[in-house]
Amino acid sequence: MTTTNPILTIANLSVSVRGEEGSREVVSNLSLTLERGETLCIAGESGSGKSMTALAIMQLLPQPAARISAGTIRLADTELTTLDERRMRRIRGDRIAMIFQEPMTSLNPVLSIGRQLTESIEAHTSLTPAQARQRAIEALKAVRISEAESRLKQFPHELSGGMRQRVMIAMALALEPDVLIADEPTTALDVTVQGEVLELLRDLQQKHGTSVILITHDMGVVAEMADRVIIMRHGSMVEEGKTSDIFAHPQADYTRELLAAVPRIGKRRDPDSALAPSPSLRSARLTSPPGERSSSTFAPVSFAQRKEEELAVASTSSSPPRGEGGPQGRMRGPSAEHSTPVAMVKDLHVRFDLRGGVFGRVTRRVHAVEGVSFSIAPNETLALVGESGCGKSTTAKALAGLVPYSGDIVVGGRNLSGLGRDERKAVRRDVQMIFQDPFASLDPRMRVGDLVAEPLVIHGIASKEERRERVAALFDRVGLSSDQMELYPHEFSGGQRQRVCIARALALRPKLIIADESVSALDVSVQARVLDLLKELQREFGVAYLFISHDMAVVENISDRVAVMYLGQIVEMGSRDQVFSNPRHPYTKRLIEAVPVPDPARRRNRFDRLDQEIPSATRRIGEAPLKLALSDVGDGHLVATEG
Amino acid sequence: MTSPIAPDLTAGRMPAKPRAGVWRRLVKRRLALLGLAIVAIVVAGAILAPWLTGYDPNEQMFDGLTIEGSPLPPTAKFWLGTDLLGRDLLTRILYGARTSLIIGIVANGVALFIGTLVGVTAGYFRGWVGSALMRFTDLMMAFPALLLAICLAAVFQPSLWIVAMVIALVNWVQTARVIYTETSSLAEREFIDAERTIGASAPRILFRHILPHLLPTIIVWGTLGISTTVLLEATLSFLGIGVQPPTASWGNIIFENQTYFQAAPWLVFFPGAAILALALAFNLIGDALRDILDPTQRGRE
Repeated sequence: MTTTNPILTIANLSVSVRGEEGSREVVSNLSLTLERGETLCIAGESGSGKSMTALAIMQLLPQPAARISAGTIRLADTELTTLDERRMRRIRGDRIAMIFQEPMTSLNPVLSIGRQLTESIEAHTSLTPAQARQRAIEALKAVRISEAESRLKQFPHELSGGMRQRVMIAMALALEPDVLIADEPTTALDVTVQGEVLELLRDLQQKHGTSVILITHDMGVVAEMADRVIIMRHGSMVEEGKTSDIFAHPQADYTRELLAAVPRIGKRRDPDSALAPSPSLRSARLTSPPGERSSSTFAPVSFAQRKEEELAVASTSSSPPRGEGGPQGRMRGPSAEHSTPVAMVKDLHVRFDLRGGVFGRVTRRVHAVEGVSFSIAPNETLALVGESGCGKSTTAKALAGLVPYSGDIVVGGRNLSGLGRDERKAVRRDVQMIFQDPFASLDPRMRVGDLVAEPLVIHGIASKEERRERVAALFDRVGLSSDQMELYPHEFSGGQRQRVCIARALALRPKLIIADESVSALDVSVQARVLDLLKELQREFGVAYLFISHDMAVVENISDRVAVMYLGQIVEMGSRDQVFSNPRHPYTKRLIEAVPVPDPARRRNRFDRLDQEIPSATRRIGEAPLKLALSDVGDGHLVATEG
Repeated sequence: MTSPIAPDLTAGRMPAKPRAGVWRRLVKRRLALLGLAIVAIVVAGAILAPWLTGYDPNEQMFDGLTIEGSPLPPTAKFWLGTDLLGRDLLTRILYGARTSLIIGIVANGVALFIGTLVGVTAGYFRGWVGSALMRFTDLMMAFPALLLAICLAAVFQPSLWIVAMVIALVNWVQTARVIYTETSSLAEREFIDAERTIGASAPRILFRHILPHLLPTIIVWGTLGISTTVLLEATLSFLGIGVQPPTASWGNIIFENQTYFQAAPWLVFFPGAAILALALAFNLIGDALRDILDPTQRGRE
C-alpha cells in the first residue's frame, strides 16, 4: 500500500444532522484515504453513517438538515467541502460517480435509458450527440448488456433488476471517473445476479483503474471485493485494515461480534455427518433443556447446540425415521413422522390473469405457483428458498388466505376449500404470518400494545384485563418491555418492530407461523438474535415454521427441511443436510455457490455467468409450463428431473 | 440479551408522560388558537345577534341612505355602513352568519360524509360495486353542478335546510374521488394484508385501520369545503333558488351588492372578509388537528 498519491483523502470529517433536540453527529471525526485503483469497503450496520459519508463526498447531503461540520475532503488536489455547487456539479459524474442501492428508483422511469446515458455524457463532454450515443453503446457493451443498440430505446421498467443495476454502472463508468462510490449496489438483487454484478464491477475496475468505495452491510461482499476495509459504527471508524487482516485477526470487539453474527453456509454443519441425512430434530429438542436462553452471538451457539442435538439423536435413534408418505409418496420428509402434519399443501396452483387487447380479454397468465406440494410437521421448520419471482411468497400468501388458489390446503387435518367462512376463520387461527418489512406490516396509527392484542379481540378471546396481561407476557417473552405497549411502531428500531410482529403472530398460539423474509430487512446482529428468538419460541411452544427466504446462509441456520423453488415449482426438497451437502439440482447448486463467502481467503475468481436472464413466469394462454416430476434420490430427498 | 452490539433494544423510548388531551394540545398552538377564536366570535355573533345590534336585519331605514339614495359608508351610527336598501350591514352580517354557518357546517359535513362513504367503499371493495359507485361519481362530476342544484332546488320548496341538502348532494363528488384513490392505495399496503391474516373482518379493517389514515385528507377537504359551500349558497341565492330574500346570508349580501362594487366597496368587502376569515379559521384548526391526531408525528414537532 503506497501512500504516494491518494486519489481521495478525507480528514477529520464530521457530519451533523439537525434534529429534534439540537444537532447530532452522524459521522464523527472520520479520516480515510483512497489509493488509485483500490477498492475500499465501508462496512457497518444501519445507522453507522456509511451512507452519510458517501453523500458527504458527493456533496449531496440532504439540505438543509445535514451539513459537514468539520473536516476536509480532497479529491486529488481539489478541496470539495468549499467548492460551490456549479463547480461541484462538474465533478459529479465526471470525476466521482455514484451507484445507488435501488436501481429502479434511481433511474428516471419516463426516459429511455439511452436518453439518460447520453444526457450525462453530453453534459460533461463536448461530444456531438452521435458520438455520445456511440459512447453510450460502448458503455452498455462494457457492462455486458446484449444488443446494446436496441436497448437504448428501452425504458427502465422493461429491464430486470440486474439489468437496471448494470445500466446504472454503465452510466457511472461512461465518463471514466476517478472514483466510483457504490452504495449497497447489490443489496436489492438476487444472489445469482449479485454475483454477476460484483464480478462485473471488479472486472471494470481492473480495466479502467478506477478507485471504488463500496458501501455494504454484507460481510460476504466485503470479503469478495475489498482490498481494504473500514468498519464503522455509530458514525465513527471502529477498525481499519487490509481485508485479510480484518477477517483473520479482527482487533476491535465490535468487528469480532459483527463477523461472528454473519450467518455462513457450512458453519452449522458437522463435517463428519455432512453426507448423512439429517435425523429428526424433534426428538433431539425434547432432550434439550426447555426455555434455554441462547447468548447473543449466533453462529457459535448454534454450532454447539447442533452438536448437542447430534449426540442426543445418536443415542436415541441411529437410523433416520421414515415418513409415512403423503399422497403419491411425495410428501415424505424425515420429520413428518408420528403426528399428523400441521399443514399440508397439495398441488397448489396460483395464477394471475393479465388482461389486454380491446375487449379486456385474458391474453396472458402469470403462473406464479404451479403444482407445489409439501407438508409441515409440528415443531418443524420448512424453508422455502428461491429468487425473486419464483413464487415462494405467493405460496405463503395462498396459505395465509390472501390470494385465491386452486388445489388443496389442509390445516390441522381440515381442508380449507370445503369450509364455510366462520369455520375457515377458526382454522386460520392456527396459521399466522410474519412479514418481511415490520414497519409496513404494522398499522402506524395504532399503539403496538393494541396491535398485539388485536388478534385476541378479533377472535373474542379473554376479557380486557386478561388480554392486557397476556399482551404484557408476550412482550416480555419476545424481549420487549411491557412499558413499551403504549408506543407507536415508528418509535421502535427495526429489530424491535419485528419482535412486535412476532408477539402478534404468537398471540393466538398458532400451530404454524409463516415467516416471509422476516429477517431479510434486519442488520446481521439483530437478525441473529431474532433467529435465536424464533428458535427458542419453537422449542417452547412447538410451533412449526414455514420460513421463506432468499438467503441460503440464514436458511441453513434455521431450517430442518428445505424446498427450493424455481419458476413456481419445487425443484428440490429434502432435509437441510441433504440439500446443502448434496445438492442435486443445478439450480440449487447455483444458488449455494452464488452466496458470497465471508472469508477473503476463499474468494472466488470467477463466477460463471448465466447466459440469459431468468425466464419469466408469464405465459400466453394455452402455453402451460412444463410440469416437473420429483423423484426420490434416497431418504426422502426429492429432486426434479428435467423433461 | 446483554450483547454489546445491541442497538436493537435501546431505540424505543419509554413513554415519558401521559399525553395531554387533544383540546389541551390544540390550545397550545398559536395559530390554532387564533382559528378557534375566530370561530368562537362568529358563532357568538350568530347566536347573540339580536342583543348585539339594535336594528332589525330587514328594516329599511330612512336615514340609512343619502339624499341621492345611495348606501352610506361606515359611520358612527352604522358601523359597517348600509346597503342599497338602507339596511344596516353589520346587522345583516351577524344574522347572515346563522345561515352561512349552517350551510358551511351542515351541508359541508353531509357532503364529506357521503363522499367518504362512497370513496372508501369503492376503494376497498373494488369489483363491480366499486366500478358502479365510481362511474356514478364520474357522472356527477361531468354533470354541471349548478344545473343539478337548480333542478333539485326547483323540485323542493326552497328553504335553508333544502339548500343545505342540495349543496351536499352536489359537493360530495370531489371528496369521493380523492378518498377513493387514497383508499385503494391504502388497501394495497402490507399492514392491511397483515390484518387479514389475523382474521380481521372488512368493517374492522375499514373503520379501525383505513379510516384513521384518511383523516388528514378528510380534514383538509372539510376545511376547504367550507368556503366553497358558502359561495355556492351565495350563487344559488343569486339565482333565486337559494335562501330566499330578505333572509340574510353572507353569500347573498355579496351578490345583491356586487354591481355597486366600485361605488360602495364596503358592501362586498365586509361579507367577503367574513367568509375568508371563517374559512381561514377552520383551515387553521384543521391543520393543527391533522398534526395532533397523527401519532406518527409524535416527537417530531
